[in-house]
Amino acid sequence: MIPLNWLISLSAIVFCIGVVGVLVRRNALVIFMSVELMLNAANLAFVSFASHLKSLDGQVFVFFVMTVAAAEVAIGLAIIVHLFRLRETVFVDEIHLLKG
Amino acid sequence: MDHPILHIIPALPLSAVLVSLLVGDRLGKRGTTVLACGSVLAAFGFALQAVLHLASLPEDSRSFTELVYTWMSVGDFKVDVSFLMDPLSAVMVLVVTGVGSLIHIYATGYMSHDPSYRRFFMYLNLFMFSMLTLVLADNYLLMFVGWEGVGLCSYLLIGFWYERPAASQAGKKAFIVNRIGDFGFMLGMFMLVVATGSLDYERVFQAAPHVFVAGGTAITLATLLMFLGATGKSAQIPLFTWLPDAMEGPTPVSALIHAATMVTAGVYMLARSHVLFELAPTTMEVVALIGAMTALLAATIGLAQNDIKRVLAYSTVSQLGYMFMACGVGAFGAGIFHVMTHAFFKALLFLGAGSVIHAMSDEQDMRRMGGLAGKLPYTHGTMLIATLAIAGVPFLSGFFSKDEILHASFASGHLGVWLAGVVGAAMTAFYMTRLYVLTFRGPSRLSHEAEHHLHESPFSMTVPLVILAFLSIVGGYVGMPFQEGGHAFERWLHPVMAAGGHAGEHHEVSRLVEWGLIVLSVGAGAFGIFMALRSYLWTPAIATSLRERFSGVHRLFENKWWVDEFYDAVVVKPFMGISRWLWRFWDVKIVDGLVNGVGYSLEAGSAILKLFQTGFVGTYALWITLGVIALFLHFLR
Repeated sequence: MIPLNWLISLSAIVFCIGVVGVLVRRNALVIFMSVELMLNAANLAFVSFASHLKSLDGQVFVFFVMTVAAAEVAIGLAIIVHLFRLRETVFVDEIHLLKG
Repeated sequence: MDHPILHIIPALPLSAVLVSLLVGDRLGKRGTTVLACGSVLAAFGFALQAVLHLASLPEDSRSFTELVYTWMSVGDFKVDVSFLMDPLSAVMVLVVTGVGSLIHIYATGYMSHDPSYRRFFMYLNLFMFSMLTLVLADNYLLMFVGWEGVGLCSYLLIGFWYERPAASQAGKKAFIVNRIGDFGFMLGMFMLVVATGSLDYERVFQAAPHVFVAGGTAITLATLLMFLGATGKSAQIPLFTWLPDAMEGPTPVSALIHAATMVTAGVYMLARSHVLFELAPTTMEVVALIGAMTALLAATIGLAQNDIKRVLAYSTVSQLGYMFMACGVGAFGAGIFHVMTHAFFKALLFLGAGSVIHAMSDEQDMRRMGGLAGKLPYTHGTMLIATLAIAGVPFLSGFFSKDEILHASFASGHLGVWLAGVVGAAMTAFYMTRLYVLTFRGPSRLSHEAEHHLHESPFSMTVPLVILAFLSIVGGYVGMPFQEGGHAFERWLHPVMAAGGHAGEHHEVSRLVEWGLIVLSVGAGAFGIFMALRSYLWTPAIATSLRERFSGVHRLFENKWWVDEFYDAVVVKPFMGISRWLWRFWDVKIVDGLVNGVGYSLEAGSAILKLFQTGFVGTYALWITLGVIALFLHFLR
């Protein structure tokens, strides 16, 4: 059986890749994928703990997270498509109208 | 018992105002005339009916009230809108509606060329409503409603020709000076409420002798405050300066509001509250003194004025002084008697002056008149009667009432007041004769232009003059002296005046002294008339030489004792200074500064905060990440 520490470390690494991806990439689609990475890192942590603790709670949580992620993707992609139609770009640093 | 309805008397002029407001200019000139005069005449009719009914009641129950509705009821304190008809309000209502009707009719002629004809009559009717509320009210608060109403209408009508700066200034002055008095009246009412728990005349007067110590501080203060209100409305020292300026209004207004009715409201209030005033001997002395001083001061100013309406204005102030003199020496009935006769002859004088001004194409300076007697026969004849009446010539109305006041002040031992009255009577006779001579006698000093336009006024103006002249002659006969148990007018007012128990007390003097007093006052009047005739008609050089010999005194009188200038320096200028400081410093710097300061500081704060809101999604994500890391470090420390 794989030790819990390895699994958690993998989860942390994937999460950090997601965070860095969100922070450094300009393409909205890639940022979106990075967010998915972060969510799945969290899922990985959930199932790891579930199997370690012999409890189903963590696995149930994962299903919820997946559902939410699916909904988020549907709305997020719709927004991005619409954005592209209006501005002909998906680079987030070119979209900065809403500011003080 | 069925009493005639009272509320219809004030309601008629009010409904005329409302109809005029609703229908607007479609009413037309003829419609306005019919509506305005008709409503006041009808009010006179209803008033007459009510008074006749009152007279048919037995003397000890000669008053009735009519409750319209309860205005407010707070715990034990209750104020009704209800009207009272008793001998005192009967006199006032008849004078107000009677003289008011005549002046309305006169005004249809006088104002016929004015573009704001309908507005004028609307104000005039509104005034009638307020004045009738004032005299018919059966409690102080409702009286105060009328009191403020007439003040408002006075302001509106003085400033009727608002495009003239002097008129709108005079309107404001009248309103502001009156507010000072009204404030005193209000404080006086508060004291009455606190002490007696009511504002109903009946309940206040019943409770007053029990809750107030006679001559005590509370009642003295309360009555003095109420008297302050009276000095404002009735133009007495120290608040008389607005009345002469009020002559900027149209002449019928001067006649109705500033001579016959509104300015007598103060006297009416005193007579109505005589029960309270009799409990405060100090106040009575003050009232008598102020009255005498005003009578003298205004008469001296009247001697040296050249504007025909200003002479009459100061004469009004002076005559009002006589009325307060009467109240101050305890002869409230005599005061009301003088209110009545004065309403007749002073309204006549003003209307006559208006007729002269109308004929002279709006010239008011007597130095440019003269010799009008033949040209304006009706005006001249009626003015002559009024002049003789006010000068105290025997068997005209003014003689009876003025003589009664002088008699009362002498008999009650106020010799100084009496002397002031006699001297004032001589001066009254002098300046009125001077006015008459300068206007109607002597050589014509008219400009060519004015001479050309000279015309007698239309019937709508001369008929009221003739009726008023008739009243000025016979109006005094209800007060014929030398009658057992007082004369008719006194007996009529007796049920009201006996209420306090004091007023019955009569200072009797012997027949001989009474005759002597009459001879003296008639002599003073005759002397005044003679001097005026001598120095203005027979040998005009005397007037000039007198003016030169006493140039200092003449300047004093001509400049109205510099009272206006004094008030200007002592009250108006400092007040304006403080106001300017409050405006420029307090308001602009402090108040505006605070409000704007809040705005500025928020703006400056947001200028920093808005640096964080760049619009770049990446920046926000960075901040979120940093925040999460900070929380992470905080909780996993």
